Amino acid sequence: MTTSTPMGFGRMHRKEDARFIRGRGQYVDDVQLPGMLHGAILRSPHAHARILSVDTSAAEALPGVKAVITGETLAGLGLAWMPTLSKDVQAVLATDKVRFQGQEVAFVVAEDRYIARDALELIEVDYEPLPSVIDARTALAEAAPVIRDDLDGKKDNHIFDWEAGDRAHTEAIFERAEVRVSQDMLYPRVHPAPLETCGALADFDKVTGKLTVWCPTQAPHAHRTLYAMVAGLPEHKIRVISPDIGGGFGGKVGIYPGYVCAIVGSIVTGKPVKWMEDRSENLMSTAFARDYHMTGEIAATQDGRVQAIRVKVLADHGAFNGTAQPTKFPAGFFHVFSGSYDIETAHCEVTGVYSNKAPGGVAYACSFRITEAVYLVERLMDVLAYELGMDPAELRMKNLLRADQFPYTSPTGWEYDSGDYPRTLALAMEMAGYDKLRAEQAERRANGDRRLMGIGLSFFTEAVGAGPRKHMDILGLGMADGAELRVHPTGKAVLRVSCQSQGQGHETTFAQIVAEELGISPDDVDVVHGDTDQTPFGLGTYGSRSTPVSGAAAAMVTRKVRDRAKLVASAMLEVAPDDLEWTKGRWSVKGDPKHGATIQEIALASHGAVELPEGVEGHLDATCVYNPPNLTYPFGAYICVVDVDPDTGQVDVRRFIAVDDCGVRINPMIVEGQIHGGLADGIGMALMQLMAFDEDGNHLGASFMDYLLPTAVECPSWELGETVTPSPHHPIGAKGVGESATVGSPAAVVNAVLDALKPYGIRHADMPLTPSNVWRAIQGRPIRTDLAIT
Amino acid sequence: MQVPARFEYEKATSVPHALALLERYGPDARVVAGGHSLIPMMKLRLAQPEALIDINDLRELAHLRVEGGELAVGALVRHAELLASPLVAEHFAILIDAERVIADPVVRNRGTVGGSLCQADPSEDLAAAFAALKADAVVTGPGGSRTVPLRGFHQGPYETVVEPGELLAELRVPVRHGAGSAYEKVERRVGDWPVAAAGALILIEDGLITEAGIGLTAVSAPGFTAPEAEDYLIGREPVDAVFAEAGRRAAAVCNPHADQRGPADYKRHLAGELTRRALRKAARRAAED
Repeated sequence: MTTSTPMGFGRMHRKEDARFIRGRGQYVDDVQLPGMLHGAILRSPHAHARILSVDTSAAEALPGVKAVITGETLAGLGLAWMPTLSKDVQAVLATDKVRFQGQEVAFVVAEDRYIARDALELIEVDYEPLPSVIDARTALAEAAPVIRDDLDGKKDNHIFDWEAGDRAHTEAIFERAEVRVSQDMLYPRVHPAPLETCGALADFDKVTGKLTVWCPTQAPHAHRTLYAMVAGLPEHKIRVISPDIGGGFGGKVGIYPGYVCAIVGSIVTGKPVKWMEDRSENLMSTAFARDYHMTGEIAATQDGRVQAIRVKVLADHGAFNGTAQPTKFPAGFFHVFSGSYDIETAHCEVTGVYSNKAPGGVAYACSFRITEAVYLVERLMDVLAYELGMDPAELRMKNLLRADQFPYTSPTGWEYDSGDYPRTLALAMEMAGYDKLRAEQAERRANGDRRLMGIGLSFFTEAVGAGPRKHMDILGLGMADGAELRVHPTGKAVLRVSCQSQGQGHETTFAQIVAEELGISPDDVDVVHGDTDQTPFGLGTYGSRSTPVSGAAAAMVTRKVRDRAKLVASAMLEVAPDDLEWTKGRWSVKGDPKHGATIQEIALASHGAVELPEGVEGHLDATCVYNPPNLTYPFGAYICVVDVDPDTGQVDVRRFIAVDDCGVRINPMIVEGQIHGGLADGIGMALMQLMAFDEDGNHLGASFMDYLLPTAVECPSWELGETVTPSPHHPIGAKGVGESATVGSPAAVVNAVLDALKPYGIRHADMPLTPSNVWRAIQGRPIRTDLAIT
Repeated sequence: MQVPARFEYEKATSVPHALALLERYGPDARVVAGGHSLIPMMKLRLAQPEALIDINDLRELAHLRVEGGELAVGALVRHAELLASPLVAEHFAILIDAERVIADPVVRNRGTVGGSLCQADPSEDLAAAFAALKADAVVTGPGGSRTVPLRGFHQGPYETVVEPGELLAELRVPVRHGAGSAYEKVERRVGDWPVAAAGALILIEDGLITEAGIGLTAVSAPGFTAPEAEDYLIGREPVDAVFAEAGRRAAAVCNPHADQRGPADYKRHLAGELTRRALRKAARRAAED
């Protein structure tokens, strides 16, 4: 590890870490305003119940309580319901019914948190419990209770049907295939569980009419525009400040009812109102991820050539359809499920349903549901290998796309930009010592070793950096991002970007991009983000889009500055611009390298007395908006080695080898950190994380006692490798990496455990593979991991 | 933001002072030591005591020593202290095994042995470990002290024989020279409560088992133990088949409940399997001693 600062790309310590390590981060809950009041939310104890009455009189009478807001209050303001990012509506505070356990019912504003919480206990709500839909597979049954009777004419729990790919072609291939294998699998409901929960501090200034909202949002500009559209507040009178964020993972993209309540609370009381949810509220009510019930089928030749894949999905979206993703794609990017393989055709059908659970579905570093897609295809590949009696690595190698097939158009219409997949898999196998591992496994099996060894692979292709405006928008807002670069007279620079870091290290990475393009030290570049009054418009950070979109914007805006600097330099050096050439940090005269000007000298000159060329007004500053021509397609090969104790069901992850190709790496240390985090996520999902529900809709994972996050103890020392295949269309060839490991790793862990269990004749078991689920699988017992264990 | 309801707070300066405070505030007062169960329950408002009596300053409850052939563990001994004690390591490997898998270092630095036992969680690791060791609990009240076998200390989930107005003062564990002990736990993740766990104590003389202790937790074993399995072991050879049979007998007295940690039959299976493993490891340690 080098601690010196590179003049551009390379390893360097993160600029933001000094304040985080010293406890000087500034999170929403750290912001204190004079006269600030505190809010608390009363939530539904029922999964589905009619609200007969809400009596707030005792709560209002409690000394220190400033306001009690109910659904009825909000209905009077036209704010009881708000639009979701998926063109549905969601109750801010329930008026007619509660539709999931933990749903928002009333909001108390009080002098402090204690009084606010005490007041919640004084609110009397009379509920009439209703039958609920907990098992998504029963949501469309004739007798199922209708959850969304608030929607005109709604008589069932159906949200959407959606398909992609070529149905007829796929059916034809399946009909004549030598081998057809089908597998049901559930990607259970999980939650990103960021360490910082959600919350908001709203301050409405009655004098200026300006509303300021501090909120840990991944998309501050989108929030501002939506507040303007929904609440009718003028957009220039809204300022959204997203300060330091303690993890987002897609769970902080949407607008939650509590944010609206805090805003209304501030408008009603005339004081700043802060609301911070607690851990249980976060787990019970904010955006979950997955909950995909999938039936996948794969068609192949006897010798292992994959020809077609098809899949039917039942997607549980909870009580309101509120997924945060490009509007045109109700199943997100799931249709990239043909994965990394040269497959003739593919087809998917996705049906979305309502259930009496919290809304969401797209979160937790899923790249708009590519986690589900990768899990599906990588499990199917192993299931096929199992049936064919083939080594899963050999099967993959045989079917991977070849380097000469790029750019490659997939059967469902994606254009993969670049890749050399066999090279990456070969490197992972070499690092793992794959043949040796298989030999060890064979030997242990032959010796009757009680402890089981398993080796699992996954190969993933990601599609990130949404996205081209013509294809991708969220509620009509195109998925582009802006950047502004200001260069001060002394050559120090400020970059303002529209994306927002939740821990990714943007202040370092983007400074390095400017440094690389302008030839100054990253230490001389300040990156400003997260404040809508300070930064250009753009759609924010999720779907691994910061580097592919904002990173490109940062490079492009720096090139504009460099071009302006060239004009100024030509005046300074009294030569034609065409006679100048750029070396990092300096324009100089072609053929006379001593005759030149550094960017610092040019910056000073641009603000100084030198006569500027026509059209140059006197600074180097520039702005730009980057509309990506395509997504970028990072990929990788992962190998996991586990040991399983069949008498207790315990799984020990012995090794994990991850070779990622995310194109050009700006700061390899940050990239590796992102990968480490995602691999830990994968172990968490594969082995322990789960939000299950009992038959009454009680949430069984509403605290960290029950919703288990992996620790360093469960994680091996990661073995990372890299290949570099630059993106051909990205200005610096970078592809984005934030979600790669979360997307790719769960399948590798699950495949490893199932490989260990192969001697028991087990082909598949659903996540999470907890000790009890592994043991039950060995006993041949069916598991439904989404429901309570009985 | 989780915040507790209003409560009074008193800091006790001596055991008599603590007892006087308990008497003054009555049954709605709770003693707080490490607070790692009580405070979260208060923040979730599952517990709303009217007063907390803080005993953290009572150094007279923080002793850890061997006296009169017994290990005396003050109720205020922190998990981390038990784990770090060479005295404990020398005589009671089971306590080291158990402490290693209780929560995490941060919790162990603050949480106390007495607090864990008085919380009486049906999945408490130390309840099984001390039950296997056939420890006694010394309870102090206004009328003086009384000694209760640990196996009779717990009266059900979250219930002990400690009356309002009383304090658990210490645990006393006989030192058995030449004995071996061990603790085996299956957890979903490090620091989690056990899915099931078993502790074992074993003394071998002339190739035969002369004393055995079995502790079980999270599986609803009455008294956190399995006396019939212990009786079975006496006079038998310390061999795998014997341990397996003891495990079967131990599992038979368990009545576990299904929850997100696993179904009842899995937990019963684990009770047997982990008893077997703990006995085997304890016997190995006894032989090494």
